[in-house]
Amino acid sequence: MSLFNLLRIALKALQRNKLRAFLTMLGIIIGVGAVIAMVAIGQGSKQSIQSALSGMGSNMIIIRPNSNISAGARLDATSVQTLTLDDVKALQKQAPDLSAVSPMANAKGQAIYGNNNWPTTIQGVDPIYLTVIRQWPLQDGVAFTDRDVQTQSKVCLLGQTVITNLFPNGESPIGKYIRFGNVPLMVIGTLSAKGESAFGQDQDDVIIAPFTTVQRRILAQANSTIFVQNIYASAVNEAATTAASDEISDILRTTHRLKPTDEDDFAVRTMQELINTFSSTSQLLTILLAVIAGISLLVGGIGIMNIMYVSVTERTREIGLRMSIGARGVDILLQFLTEAILISITGGIIGVVLGITSARLVTFFLSWPTLVTESSIVLSFLVCAITGVFFGYYPAQKASRLDPIEALRYE
Amino acid sequence: MSDQKILELRDIKREFRMGSEIVRALKGVSFDVRSGEFLTIMGSSGSGKTTLLNTLGCLDKPTEGTYLLDGVDVRKLGRNELAKLRNSKIGFVFQAYNLLPRTSALENVELPLLYNPDMSARERKERAVKALQAVNLGDRLDHTPSQLSGGQQQRVAIARALVNEPVMILADEATGNLDSRSSYSIMALFQELNEQGRTIVFVTHEPDIAAFSSRTIMLKDGRVIKDSVNENKKSAREVLASLPKSEDY
Repeated sequence: MSLFNLLRIALKALQRNKLRAFLTMLGIIIGVGAVIAMVAIGQGSKQSIQSALSGMGSNMIIIRPNSNISAGARLDATSVQTLTLDDVKALQKQAPDLSAVSPMANAKGQAIYGNNNWPTTIQGVDPIYLTVIRQWPLQDGVAFTDRDVQTQSKVCLLGQTVITNLFPNGESPIGKYIRFGNVPLMVIGTLSAKGESAFGQDQDDVIIAPFTTVQRRILAQANSTIFVQNIYASAVNEAATTAASDEISDILRTTHRLKPTDEDDFAVRTMQELINTFSSTSQLLTILLAVIAGISLLVGGIGIMNIMYVSVTERTREIGLRMSIGARGVDILLQFLTEAILISITGGIIGVVLGITSARLVTFFLSWPTLVTESSIVLSFLVCAITGVFFGYYPAQKASRLDPIEALRYE
Repeated sequence: MSDQKILELRDIKREFRMGSEIVRALKGVSFDVRSGEFLTIMGSSGSGKTTLLNTLGCLDKPTEGTYLLDGVDVRKLGRNELAKLRNSKIGFVFQAYNLLPRTSALENVELPLLYNPDMSARERKERAVKALQAVNLGDRLDHTPSQLSGGQQQRVAIARALVNEPVMILADEATGNLDSRSSYSIMALFQELNEQGRTIVFVTHEPDIAAFSSRTIMLKDGRVIKDSVNENKKSAREVLASLPKSEDY
């Protein structure tokens, strides 16, 4: 029998019992809808975490000094200075997977403008820190240049939170002089808002200035000092972060002349590691939700099997008739199998629509981020078709093995 | 044409095992049916009538003996080949009509053709319409069984039996569920089809019905006890015409 005829016969049979077909389908509809909606919620939260972390620069690598041992006592990480400007230069030259390297000097202090003051952090960096590593555009004004770094220019860029607190009347800070501690700095630009980091830290509560300005003028270290607090770097792309972090370790171990048995006197942290940690949590959530939804799909499948068994019993005489007018066992098998698959696939299609709709509704009403992935649609659809075949096969086989004589006389 | 043997039964035996007992339903039945005959097979219940019907209809195979249907030895065929044979050579008409519910007359008649893989949808429809016209239901193509009277439902079933142009129409108590007027009307239809050259084998227990056929075989206890040609065949149409008009349906 041709596929077209099979579909037609199955469709006719289902039409004869529309309500029952629909109720059977409902199990599949809810199952598939649940899978898609649940996975969408899981994936949505995963993506929002990822994008929050990416906002900090997903290619970003942070190198900090690590505790080392001095006369048998482990020293606190912040108390040691192992990273140098030579390290920065070495990384810039030798690491092929790094697109940018910048030293960083931090200082906490009070920023003052007129009658207003605000406790904040000043970060001294190279211009490349903003352009490449953080990809942080300016809202207004201009950024400082490498020349400003060389000349220890007394210029700075203000984050939005600092602007709000120092310039509460809404006047433009550009061209104004603020003081950080005792050092007057001219505001040459303002940073665009970046919001909270994934850790709930206000990323806009910062002043950014040339590295040397912070190091020499604010931290007041001697011109000869070579140590840097942190090094920020950026891998050429997200995929290269692991390779880049290995390169950094190799280069720094060489420049620090560490023996193979020595511990690293620095620590390399990639954003990718953080992203992975957070992602794995939401991945687990996604899997859990998918499992629960998958169970409901299984229940839907059992519903199909149940109804198909009822249907076979109920239509025993029809089966007998079909056999007596020339249907082979395989024709009957295919007919009932097609019915089961038709129920599950139609249910699947409606379920996909329902799933996408409910994901949208969740976003709309609860403002939860959701992400309907193609893979979840394809997967649940496949599972559906397989469910139809699997749970439809046994009733169909039962039908195909009926004895036409008994089937015809079945009451 | 009328000399051609459609059915040849030689010493057909059929035994069933019921627990430890062996029930012998047919104990050696032999007869031939020629093309164009209208044969009734009669017998009371337990005579082996149903078993013989199942055998003739290729739904069952004899334990012993030879059964040739249109020259094909049925005992040598497998399940699927039997199905194919039923599809191409036999048209069944059942006592309970066995129409698919909530399905139009046309689609019911098309059903056997669906199991014939080399037929186009158009040809299928044409033949089904022609078969329904042959049973005078050309104006009821889209009616479902529940919208038709018993007699009309049986006509649809007959059209379904005709549609594959079988070598034999096999009717099982085809008038058993009908009132006498509808019965005569159906018998008139069978006679008409027979006059057009179709071979009909009609299984019944009503002697009344057998009077319309050209030959009667009597079965008793699994054996043929009488095989006679019906000399004064009655015309169902005349009987129908003689019925009082008040019974009009």
